[in-house]
Amino acid sequence: MDHPMTTLQPGAALEPLTFDITRADLVAYAAASGDPNPIHQDEEIALAVGLPGVIAHGMYTLALVGRAVAAWTAEAEVVELGAKFVAPVVVPAEGAARVTVGGTVGERNDDGLLALALQVTVDGTKVLGAPKALVRA
Amino acid sequence: MPIDATLVGRAFPPTTSVPVTAESVAAFAASVGGRGDGPVPPTYPIVVSFAALQDFLAAERVELSRIVHGDQRFRYVRPVVVGDELTATLTVTGVRSIGGNDIVSTSSEITDASGAVVCTATATLVHRGGA
Repeated sequence: MDHPMTTLQPGAALEPLTFDITRADLVAYAAASGDPNPIHQDEEIALAVGLPGVIAHGMYTLALVGRAVAAWTAEAEVVELGAKFVAPVVVPAEGAARVTVGGTVGERNDDGLLALALQVTVDGTKVLGAPKALVRA
Repeated sequence: MPIDATLVGRAFPPTTSVPVTAESVAAFAASVGGRGDGPVPPTYPIVVSFAALQDFLAAERVELSRIVHGDQRFRYVRPVVVGDELTATLTVTGVRSIGGNDIVSTSSEITDASGAVVCTATATLVHRGGA
């Protein structure tokens, strides 16, 4: 693949992208992913197990990271993707939670793969710990 | 009920195979706001690795609503493509208890119809104690 984007130089900032998550999105994701955990759909159950409300699937947020990486890299092959889920993304009954995904281009490893160091936040709070992607770009 | 620490090192039976269809990929991509006709999203293998996690939780009689996802990482040998038949085999790699919660670490090998590894998915599940 060509490297059309000069932004993929080590140290370059990746333009932050924002994504909204609604309760309806979580219902669709539960069906598409096969994760029926009610804490992602049912406020009463979420509160009963001590959560602050309905929370997004961690994998929903990580999927948004995947979308951001695809956008920045012209859909380059992802060789590694992962993160810790360090804070819940609470999705309100009305409106949406807004996730911001930004980052910096890291170094190219010995295999020529490019590391992306990411920051994933909601209202300025970090929701993913050490989110990292390794891409063939 | 605490998670049994003697599970560490145990491999659970493989999941039933999951066919990667254009429809299932499109539904998955659309549910996270993406376009349905692009490459298979990198987090798509969660469909089969989550099936392995659910089999494990059911075997251990753990209620899903008591589980939150602690971390997740995928390392891909090759991209997943439409037409793949994926199977996950889960191994428990650690169980520890912190502040009344059990932290269960797992690693799942995701293989294709030929048995070749497509992706390794590692996940930590947090089993929340009585709240």
